[in-house]
Amino acid sequence: MDDPLLDALIDAGTAMVGIKMKPEWRQAVRMHLTISLGHAATVLETDLPDHLDPAPVYRA
Amino acid sequence: MTAFTPAAEIAAAVASGRTTASAVMTACLDRIERLNPVLNAFTAVLADRARTRAAVVDASRKPKGPLAGVPFAVKNLIDIKGLPTLAGSKINRDDPPATADAPLIGRLEAAGAILVGALNMGEYAYDFTGENAHDGPSRNPHDTVRMSGGSSGGSGSAVGGGLVPLALGSDTNGSIRVPASFCGLFGLKPTYGRLTRAGSFPFVSSLDHLGPLARTTTDLALAYDAMQGYDAADPVCVDRPADPVAARLNSGLSGLRIASAGGYFRAGASPEALAALDVVAAALAASETITIPEAQRARSAAYIITATEGAALHLDRLRTRPDDFDADVRDRLIAGTLIPAAAVMQAQKFRRWYRDEVLKLFQHVDAVLAPATPCVAPLIGQKTFVLDGKEMPLRPNIGVYTQPISFIGLPVVAVPLPTAAGLPIGVQIITAPWREDLALRIARTLEASGVAAAPLPKLEG
Repeated sequence: MDDPLLDALIDAGTAMVGIKMKPEWRQAVRMHLTISLGHAATVLETDLPDHLDPAPVYRA
Repeated sequence: MTAFTPAAEIAAAVASGRTTASAVMTACLDRIERLNPVLNAFTAVLADRARTRAAVVDASRKPKGPLAGVPFAVKNLIDIKGLPTLAGSKINRDDPPATADAPLIGRLEAAGAILVGALNMGEYAYDFTGENAHDGPSRNPHDTVRMSGGSSGGSGSAVGGGLVPLALGSDTNGSIRVPASFCGLFGLKPTYGRLTRAGSFPFVSSLDHLGPLARTTTDLALAYDAMQGYDAADPVCVDRPADPVAARLNSGLSGLRIASAGGYFRAGASPEALAALDVVAAALAASETITIPEAQRARSAAYIITATEGAALHLDRLRTRPDDFDADVRDRLIAGTLIPAAAVMQAQKFRRWYRDEVLKLFQHVDAVLAPATPCVAPLIGQKTFVLDGKEMPLRPNIGVYTQPISFIGLPVVAVPLPTAAGLPIGVQIITAPWREDLALRIARTLEASGVAAAPLPKLEG
């Protein structure tokens, strides 16, 4: 995702959830969002069975 | 008695009358007064409470408990009656004081231990460094310009520096094992659901654990045994019998199959981390190397669950008090609000798949060895480090080897080894769910042979 798309996501997303972004936060938020979306892509590309139950309440 | 006398020896001396809990506490509080300004491990010292409790232990005619007179302290996300539960934050300082101690404090005190204070930590536990914008960094007792590790940084600093022999921390992605590694301690992250988390400030409920740090395996086991037991107040705590381990620590390695984790768990490690892993593997005759499948993806999934659950937990505070956060934490949390929900659900589905695959490994081995951290303690303030040949942001990446393990709640003991760099580093001993006994037995074997040991800091003269 290039910077204009990231910035659009930051602007729209934070506005939608009610966070008032400040310019001085943007660089760090962009860095962390880039890392997080990379991990999200790694997870989303996983081929998992439709019937696999998620584990939001987990028992080891 | 010295500042580094293990908890078990303190308790034995108090029980036999060779010393008193009050004398132990006086020495402990004196050392905290002298050295906490150097280490910045404590955010609150409860001297009056501790002295009063020590007098009660000394006056009691009941049999002394296994931790009689042992001073301990807790990460400041654990409730202490009369104090606001800071969780490393500025914002929580406005909260009313906790009305009761967390159950784990009560269980340790029932065994005779004595709470002496609350410990510094990374804000809201979203941290591997031990740095804190509000309280200042807790410092590494082996080199005070270096990180203690986080987020249970004060726990590592306090036990590593000999301020207390025992501390509690929390571990969501590595926050017990990282400070144990950097500060040269034994740390136990039990199975997810083993120890109650009631009365602690949450971070990521899907992944949060509480557990002890200590200078010996016996002390770790005594504390762990004292804290076991079901608690309906934590919906994640599993109703199963306690499994005391202290009496079985010296059972040795007979019949145990131990392997090292290869691939992902060696790829980015420093020479010090790899050397420590290899020393432990050789000492345990663990010649086999196994692959934990999809560990990289497991780390990514843990990262996503952490970022989003953490963001959801703090969203209202991000809206109303953003300037009161540690900026390093705030900016990560804001990024977490923007991650697609589909990734979170896929991460939880993957977690189910990964658990099933990793449990298959434990049909063939009893324990797996892996580095605890990719490197020894970085300098306080350091922002990047080299991982797998690439310069990476340090704060999000210190937990590369711990995250894929806590992601599925496996029990782990981190054991400390010396390095050529002159600083300690940890190795993880990972076992199947509910087999803390095996991890502690293996750790004890390494300790008894002198391979693993908590080093003494050089803080005075």
